[in-house]
Amino acid sequence: MSIEKTDWWVGLFVLLGGIALTFLALRAANLSSFSFAQTYTLSANFDNIGGLKVRAPVKSAGVVVGRVASIALDEKTYQAIVRLDMEKGFEFPLDSSAKILTSGLLGEQYIGLEAGGEDANLANNGTIKYTQSAIVLESLISQFLFNTAEKQGSTTTPDSESVKSK
Amino acid sequence: MSLNLRIASLGHLVRTKVTGLGTFTRFFWMLLQRSSIIFSRPRLVSQQIHFIGNYSLLIIAVSGLFVGFVLGLQGYYTLNRYGSEEALGLLVALSLTRELGPVVTALLFAGRAGTSLTAEIGLMKAGEQLAAMEVMAVDPVRRVLAPRFWGGVIAMPILAAVFSMVGILGGWVVGVLMIGIDTGAFWSQMQSGVDVWKDILNGVIKSIVFGVAVTLIALYEGWQSRPTPEGVARATTRTVVAGSLAVLGLDFLLTALMFSN
Repeated sequence: MSIEKTDWWVGLFVLLGGIALTFLALRAANLSSFSFAQTYTLSANFDNIGGLKVRAPVKSAGVVVGRVASIALDEKTYQAIVRLDMEKGFEFPLDSSAKILTSGLLGEQYIGLEAGGEDANLANNGTIKYTQSAIVLESLISQFLFNTAEKQGSTTTPDSESVKSK
Repeated sequence: MSLNLRIASLGHLVRTKVTGLGTFTRFFWMLLQRSSIIFSRPRLVSQQIHFIGNYSLLIIAVSGLFVGFVLGLQGYYTLNRYGSEEALGLLVALSLTRELGPVVTALLFAGRAGTSLTAEIGLMKAGEQLAAMEVMAVDPVRRVLAPRFWGGVIAMPILAAVFSMVGILGGWVVGVLMIGIDTGAFWSQMQSGVDVWKDILNGVIKSIVFGVAVTLIALYEGWQSRPTPEGVARATTRTVVAGSLAVLGLDFLLTALMFSN
């Protein structure tokens, strides 16, 4: 085989390797989610973020409108400060609320944004005031157990029977 | 055999093994020192990439496809018990990029390309071609071994990346087309779970290390083979055995180093 032809096949081989690596980086891994769209920053304080991670999606009505940029702890209030990179073009009213939700029973956690009713929109570096923390299963169960124990302890509660039968 | 002789033979065994390791390391160093030829005559390397890489492509791609198929079927069987079939894409991609891609490619590479390197060098030695080169003042390490070494080191990560890509596509064919998992869930679970640096880059580093190990062992065995038909046959066998064991051992070490935290 002539030298030029060998080089052509070697070039194709190396090109195929490049394509394979690009495929792995963009299609199999999350490099493509680093979108080059313009973003603006919002922040929200939560009492408890549960298992929220950096780069988790921010969804409004199920549509991805941004991603979690960073998570930090406020040293004074001991709240979690979550910064969100929101895509430009999606603007939300000042009284919008943020919740930490879980996709599916065991799925990833994400932030759900619910639009409010005010006319003015959240600006860059704005803060979402109304937040709801992640639901931690252990505290939920302990709350439930505490409530049942309280109800069983007081015989005067008329509803205790009906609650139990439910 | 008396006890003394036994102890003596044990000592002899240890000495030959340690000496072999020393020769191997010295061989590696000699090869690196004379690698400047890859810059002065890059054609030699591209010829070797063609011989080692292009000709191995078919077996690597076909094996990758079937490994992907099997991962799809077996992964579905397990994940189905926990009702999380959507994670199949994640399972296939993580097992391929972190582990199976580099390791299976390196094992196939030792069998497909390593043996041919050993046999080629061994026969060159048996035919006294290497000695003839030295007489003509051509350094055989520089002219014959170094281009083959770098050809193998360059070809191996490319082959491993192709293996992983084809394997993921194979897993997709089984999971989405045959079993009927939602294609969006398949890819999005994969993308949210696979990290570019932690998983894919470390897989590439693994494949480079395996490429160095397998090619070096193949060249060393050919270089050290006895110049007889039987000697070449033994050297070829040793390439496969030592190469595969080195890959598996290094894989454990690298995995422990990279993914332990």
